[in-house]
Amino acid sequence: MTRTIVAWVPDWPILAAVREGLVTAGQAVAVVQQNRILACSSAARAQGVRAGQRRREAQSLCTELRIVPADDDRDHRLFSPLIDVIESLVAGVQVVRPGLLALAARGPARYYGSEKAAALALRSALLAEGIPDARLGLADGPFAAELAARSTAPEPTAPGERAPVQSVRIVPREATAAFLAPFPVTTLGDPDLATLLGRLGVRTLGDFAALPASAVRDRFGAAGAHRHALAGAADATPLLPRTPPPDLERVLDLEPPLDRVDQLAFAVRQLADDLVESLVARLLVATAIRIGFRDEHGVESERAWLHPRSFRASEIVDRVRWQLSGETRTLGTRPGSPGSAAERGPGLRSAITRVTIMPESVDALAHHEPGLWGAAPDERVHHALSRVQSLLGHEAVLTAQRTGGRTLAERGALVPWGDRLVSPRPADRPWPGALPQPTPGTVFPSRHAVTVLDASGAPVHVDERMRLSAAPAGFAPGAGGAARPVTSWAGPWPLEERWWDIPRRRLLHRLQVVDSAGVAWLLVLEGGSWWAEARYD
Amino acid sequence: MPALALSVVEDPPVDEPVGGTGAARIQTVDTVQALQARIDSLQRTRLDSRLLPTHEALADLLPAGGLQEGAVYTLSPSSALTMALLAGPSAAGAWCGVVGMPEFGIEAAEAMGIDLDRLVLVPHPGDQWLTVTAAIADALSVIAVRPGRAASDGAIAKLAGRVRERGSTLLVAGAWPQAEAMISITGSRWSGLGDGHGYLSEREVTISVSSRRSPRPRSGRLLLPDGELGIRRLDRADAAQHTDATQPADATQRAHERWSTPARRAG
Repeated sequence: MTRTIVAWVPDWPILAAVREGLVTAGQAVAVVQQNRILACSSAARAQGVRAGQRRREAQSLCTELRIVPADDDRDHRLFSPLIDVIESLVAGVQVVRPGLLALAARGPARYYGSEKAAALALRSALLAEGIPDARLGLADGPFAAELAARSTAPEPTAPGERAPVQSVRIVPREATAAFLAPFPVTTLGDPDLATLLGRLGVRTLGDFAALPASAVRDRFGAAGAHRHALAGAADATPLLPRTPPPDLERVLDLEPPLDRVDQLAFAVRQLADDLVESLVARLLVATAIRIGFRDEHGVESERAWLHPRSFRASEIVDRVRWQLSGETRTLGTRPGSPGSAAERGPGLRSAITRVTIMPESVDALAHHEPGLWGAAPDERVHHALSRVQSLLGHEAVLTAQRTGGRTLAERGALVPWGDRLVSPRPADRPWPGALPQPTPGTVFPSRHAVTVLDASGAPVHVDERMRLSAAPAGFAPGAGGAARPVTSWAGPWPLEERWWDIPRRRLLHRLQVVDSAGVAWLLVLEGGSWWAEARYD
Repeated sequence: MPALALSVVEDPPVDEPVGGTGAARIQTVDTVQALQARIDSLQRTRLDSRLLPTHEALADLLPAGGLQEGAVYTLSPSSALTMALLAGPSAAGAWCGVVGMPEFGIEAAEAMGIDLDRLVLVPHPGDQWLTVTAAIADALSVIAVRPGRAASDGAIAKLAGRVRERGSTLLVAGAWPQAEAMISITGSRWSGLGDGHGYLSEREVTISVSSRRSPRPRSGRLLLPDGELGIRRLDRADAAQHTDATQPADATQRAHERWSTPARRAG
């Protein structure tokens, strides 16, 4: 049995949502998972909302309730800075879940002089991080300590009261069993066992602990015996302190600042080698990195790079070069030269003083070892495509992905080799209003202006009732040229998108025509002029 | 319909049923072709010209009964034709590349049966299209390329040599000296679209293939795409009579078997 401190931040999912900026503090908020309330704010609790209720029920109790979907990722991400704060004070912190920490009390108690002083130090550290309400419990074993933390009173709102005493509860060693005794058996966290014990007339932890240990083991097995030990304040659960993550970020300060891409690439080489070596020493490889620059005016820029396999040092240097070249291009010093990166190379607008390389996601080295009998074909593909990328730039080699949408341009997306696309428009939705199959094989990257003429040679237009003014008999390139006669046609099919959103609204009419050569075209009328958007060839 | 369907074998001068002279000429032509084939087989640079799994509607139009590894084909500018030729290898697990075609329709490619996970596009290679094609020919099995600026014969021969050595197939939308075959769409007719009603549904095309070995073009009628967005041959019965039926079928079968074994993919 170890003396254990448990630090508990009540309603952490709510607090995480507030810190993320989804809701404001003081609102009636509930975090909902699968239509059940997972956590609710104190304002909501005051109106009767409880964890475990159905969403509808909670909304009927509290009409102004704001619903936030549960997000484990958000809870963990926002909690990790607090862990760092606690770890800077004491060593060996176990994260039970976001919002709940356990740590051995012996070390901090000796350092701060007493258990109470240690608990108050941790509490004030959490309060300094902007946590409005942090509760601490101190008892024998994590189970009793968590119950102690949960049995503390909430923060008194009136100023000048004896607040710290109430939000820290210390259960002395000899009193732990007595402290646990009045709690109901449901606190053991095993509903089946709790129901069964209730039917046997055992309702509190004290009753349960009074049963002979051997009888409990015979009847309920090892799991029951463990719970019996918890109830009897004989909690032997060891603490599993987390290992602080290694610091893998590499920073290169440049003095004097460098303003040429090739010089920078050369300077970064050592850094990249160092990073990859330190990863390999930990049996890791980086699958995504983040490269940041700071220039002499203090402007910082960064972006993340993904790798379909894992980064080698030379590939990191490549990414640094591409990122710098990309910035040169966007700054407009060398607009759109399709030449190689080396030609584009020198001449950054302002010199770089600091380069940061940080592995964003790492993976075990064992997953990236080449096979015994030659490498997979994908490896060869990747090498060949990387070579083309270092020749033409990162955005020159693309893979295609289907996305959803109504216009042809929206229905496919091109992603640079190695990057991942997260599309806001899933392709498997119906998308009413999209063109019927088959889709055209040639989709012009920039559509061509055309004029559509009727039999008398007058331009065709669409009236406000979405009817054609006359049957199209031919169409000609906008610049003027021989008209192609139209043998058959259909349309116009209107498409009106986002009429409620003035800057993004679109209204267009589409026409399928077949010309005399047997080639079909998709013509689009938008903004008063006709365009050839695609060809079925 | 007969004129199109039978053009695989029919030759207008031979057509006249004028007894002895006609038959003699047919025999002469056959002899010449047999000799040519024999010369070809003796002059072959590789012992074994392996086939890529080609879509069965197109396979028997091609000279060896399918797309050959290491060969260069020229195509008439048609995205549907390019996609139809890429679809067979891609469905069998090959990686495909598309160089210099920024207008390549992704949705149509997927509908035609090209696996987008194994499709790589280099839309704007600029003047370096030869270098880029040579670089990705190391790893990708089929590459469709539209040549950019005209290159020297030497550079083109070098690329052709590299492609032959690596065993990848080049589909060139443009001119190319010494191409294995020229595949072109000679006729196209869309159906489904009326005079102000309906929508495009099927397209009937005539594909003709002329190669170095057989100067008379073979042609076939296909639905590209048919009603179910697939590729279907219309004159299969006619074609089966006249082409060398056993050999290409065997070769295609072998190609599919080879590609479906995991050993080849891993190698």
